[in-house]
Amino acid sequence: MMRAAFHTLLSYWSRHRFQLFALVAGLALATTLWSAVQAINGQARQSYAQAQDFLQQLDGTSLVSPGGSLHLSDYVTLKRQGWKLTPVLEGQYRNAGQSIDLIGIDVLTSPQVARLFPAESLGGDSDFLRGILHEPGGIVLHPETEKLLPSVLKEMQIFRSEAVPLGLAVADISLVSRLLQRPDDLSRLILLGDTGPGAMPSADSGADMRPPDTRALASLPAHIKLAPGGTARMNPGTLTESFHLNLTAFGFLSFIVGLFIVQGTIGLAMEQRRGLLRTLRCLGLPFAQMILILVVEITLIAVASAFIGLILGYFLAASLLPGVAATLSGLYGAEVSGALSLQPAWILSGLAMTLAGASLASAHAFYTLWKLPILQAPSTQARGQRLLQSYTAWAAAGIGLSLGGVLALALVEGLIGGFMFLGGVMLGAALLLPYVLWSLLGMAQARTRAPLMQWLWADARAQLPGLSLALMALMLALATNIGVGTMVSSFRLTFVDWLDQRLAADLYVTTLDDAQGAEVQAWLSQQGLTVLPIRSKEMQHSTGQLKIYGLRDDELYRNNWPMISARPEAWDLLVQGRGVLVSEQLARRADLQLGAHIDLPAGWPSEILGIYADYGNPHGQAMVSLPQLLKNAPDVDNLRFALRLDPTQVKQVINMLQERFEIPRENITQKDLAKARSMAVFDQTFLITDALKLLTLAVASFAIFTSLATLWNQRLPQLAPVWAMGVRRRSLALIDILRSLLMAGLTALLALPLGLLLSWALLVVINTAAFGWRLPVYLFPMNWLALVLLALLAAGLAALLPAWRLFRISPSELLKVFSSER
Amino acid sequence: MVLSISNVSKTLPNSGLGRPILDQVSLQLSAGQSLALTGESGSGKSTLLHLVGALDGFDSGEIHLDGIPLSGLQEAARAALRRLKVSIVFQQFNIIPSLDVAANIALHAKLAGRYDASLQAHLADRLGLSALLSRYPEQLSGGQQQRVAIARALALRPKLLLADEPTGNLDEDSSDAVLALMLELVQESDSALFLVTHSPRIAAKLDRQLHLSGGKLR
Repeated sequence: MMRAAFHTLLSYWSRHRFQLFALVAGLALATTLWSAVQAINGQARQSYAQAQDFLQQLDGTSLVSPGGSLHLSDYVTLKRQGWKLTPVLEGQYRNAGQSIDLIGIDVLTSPQVARLFPAESLGGDSDFLRGILHEPGGIVLHPETEKLLPSVLKEMQIFRSEAVPLGLAVADISLVSRLLQRPDDLSRLILLGDTGPGAMPSADSGADMRPPDTRALASLPAHIKLAPGGTARMNPGTLTESFHLNLTAFGFLSFIVGLFIVQGTIGLAMEQRRGLLRTLRCLGLPFAQMILILVVEITLIAVASAFIGLILGYFLAASLLPGVAATLSGLYGAEVSGALSLQPAWILSGLAMTLAGASLASAHAFYTLWKLPILQAPSTQARGQRLLQSYTAWAAAGIGLSLGGVLALALVEGLIGGFMFLGGVMLGAALLLPYVLWSLLGMAQARTRAPLMQWLWADARAQLPGLSLALMALMLALATNIGVGTMVSSFRLTFVDWLDQRLAADLYVTTLDDAQGAEVQAWLSQQGLTVLPIRSKEMQHSTGQLKIYGLRDDELYRNNWPMISARPEAWDLLVQGRGVLVSEQLARRADLQLGAHIDLPAGWPSEILGIYADYGNPHGQAMVSLPQLLKNAPDVDNLRFALRLDPTQVKQVINMLQERFEIPRENITQKDLAKARSMAVFDQTFLITDALKLLTLAVASFAIFTSLATLWNQRLPQLAPVWAMGVRRRSLALIDILRSLLMAGLTALLALPLGLLLSWALLVVINTAAFGWRLPVYLFPMNWLALVLLALLAAGLAALLPAWRLFRISPSELLKVFSSER
Repeated sequence: MVLSISNVSKTLPNSGLGRPILDQVSLQLSAGQSLALTGESGSGKSTLLHLVGALDGFDSGEIHLDGIPLSGLQEAARAALRRLKVSIVFQQFNIIPSLDVAANIALHAKLAGRYDASLQAHLADRLGLSALLSRYPEQLSGGQQQRVAIARALALRPKLLLADEPTGNLDEDSSDAVLALMLELVQESDSALFLVTHSPRIAAKLDRQLHLSGGKLR
């Protein structure tokens, strides 16, 4: 019995292949976009976890000098006092426009070496220690980092280890201090013993170690403090969580849009099979077994679709991952592998999500079936009528959801509140759409006198039930495009302005060492050129990493600095050494207002004189006067400086610098080139966003196409009478296209305010919470017009096939509507 | 006794009749017998047929189908009864559009687990469907679809064959031939035929005739 019944139910699909295709495609597309985002997030999190594991080994309980570096003599003194320590030196090595983070460890005393670099991770290289310690020295890095390595370092012996995080190289401290030109500096001293002076060394130093006793701590010099393990670095996972949350939200939105296709298709299939199901029940198939067969059927389809979606999702993720890796590196300083690895958990979660989505999408259809009386005549209009009755309830739920979102924005702080607002308002608006369209079409119908136009409006309303899910998907996709597009374009415009202000100088030069820096600056000054040194001190602040720059007083800064808010006399006070300018993200993280004081080590000015924009920088930044910087950190590098030139002088100065000082060309950067590089990084950053928003729009357009194509059979009883009354098939086909354009156009117009609300939420709420900076909202009407036209084009294309079929249909097919043969 | 109906009443909600559509209806039908039920449109003929086919419930009285009382039966038992003992030829044919003619004819017998290929071939031959077995319903005329529905019902060899205007779409000659076949197979398989029709000419060809009017049988 089951076999015959199963065969009968499945036979439906063999006669409705396009519907089956729409169902599989809907589920597969939903899975593709969702699983691609999950694969990217999973890969990134795997990279973070690996990096975190590695760095924790080097981030044990340590002695540090807050606000500065330890001196080599501190290490010697503490060793003599009996402290069991191993030194670490960290810094960024820059050469010829390339940079890499270096960590120097004492490979002879650091007990972590064996754990960090097990023999097998280095390919079983037994010459590791000899290679590391002997000239020219060796460095250990991830195989993918090698291509980023400054060419000078390629002369070293390279050891490749998957254990080392991306973008980082580890070497013996002697080599690192030489490369960083910091022969006497140490970043921290990791405790090896578990008490302090006099304790025995332990191989298990690290974050789980007990701190030294208070007597030992009291004996430390005043500038040295104990830092518990695991605090020296911020977890990249927390920094990037917002980015992944954004991606997940996008993936989820696409998944929902895909499910709209599925629900529409399943609902229609169930509707069209109602007669078949009724007949089977009349022939004695028990209801429970019929439901079981339908569940098996949808499960089989869902599993097949999930696998298609997972395969497509894998390739989509693999193609997007390099862009995401560049984004995470450029925007957050978090390195992620550009190669995608296949994880079983990802496959299982994708499969589970598709099955859950298919269940959700078919739940309503099953419920309807359960409520279906056995003797109710099959009615293709019944579903539509029921849906129409539901519109008011949908609208009420939509208003409720929107209000809930607004309430969440008011009550829940940060990203979660922002996303709850977005989710509530977006879903709420989608639920309102059918009611609004129904009312608008009704109003238009009431105002029309021409009979054919009246029929057009009435027919558009009649088609609404079958199209409403696809139109909701289209509205969500369009609003997302408008919202995200406005966000990205506003960001871009702001970023370009900001770059113009920040890169106001004409030429940027990096010398080979401090001595050359001083020599070049002196010579350039003699030539009557304005030289603006770029010197900075990096330190740890309670909010994370902080870089303090010293500014020379110059009209270039006074006229161009991208201030968000500042005291009127800010520059004068800064020059007098009476205050500090801070970046917006530092101000937000530390909750600093104008006139407040930032907690910097003693000696540094602390009053906030101004807050300036510093887009794209994951770390905190502050500005003091150059004399203040040199007073508090006299040993800062003197390698980089900016030059203010007449544009006609630029080429000549570059030539002179190269000829006289043999500075490599790549160490001299023109303003335009630097801007172009920055814009390239910016554009790369939003590559995945662009890709996902276009894909979402494509899925929504596909939803309209599948809806129109699958509704084709239901259209004939509405069209045939009009044809019989003398309206030509060609006219009917054109009216069909016009109707689709009308629906899509109305939906696009309604999506516009929703998209603007979305962009406001992204720019003002989400961005501020996620990145620490707030951006102004700019409006781009031409972009919206392009999107509306794109939506119309998609709807027109979607309507083309059904209209063509209508145009070509034979009169005998239309006549069947009037006989009992359909 | 294949069918026994005792004092069955049924009221349709919102019918606007102001009385039961079936009022204390009683009748018996033995194996090998055929019964024609006539009546005006809306007189309750189809409703009675649905009650007998265990498709709908009644308010009072009792119906025994092959000795099994229908009142109080759960849905699963009613389904089993429909599957194994009753065949129905609907006014709208209710053949499956996605199955070809051969699969449609075999469907009920297969669901009941008693498919007989030779009987199917015999029925197809007698009903003029042999050349159409691989066609789909949309490729058939209304009369051909009706013959497929009749073949599906007969292929089960039911205890009771219920037919709601089974020859409504056939011309006079075809209708006579189909009816003759139905009566012949009912005789052969010792089952019973309960046929609803408007046509006095068709009704006259069956063993017994009853007329339903005002909810009462006459």
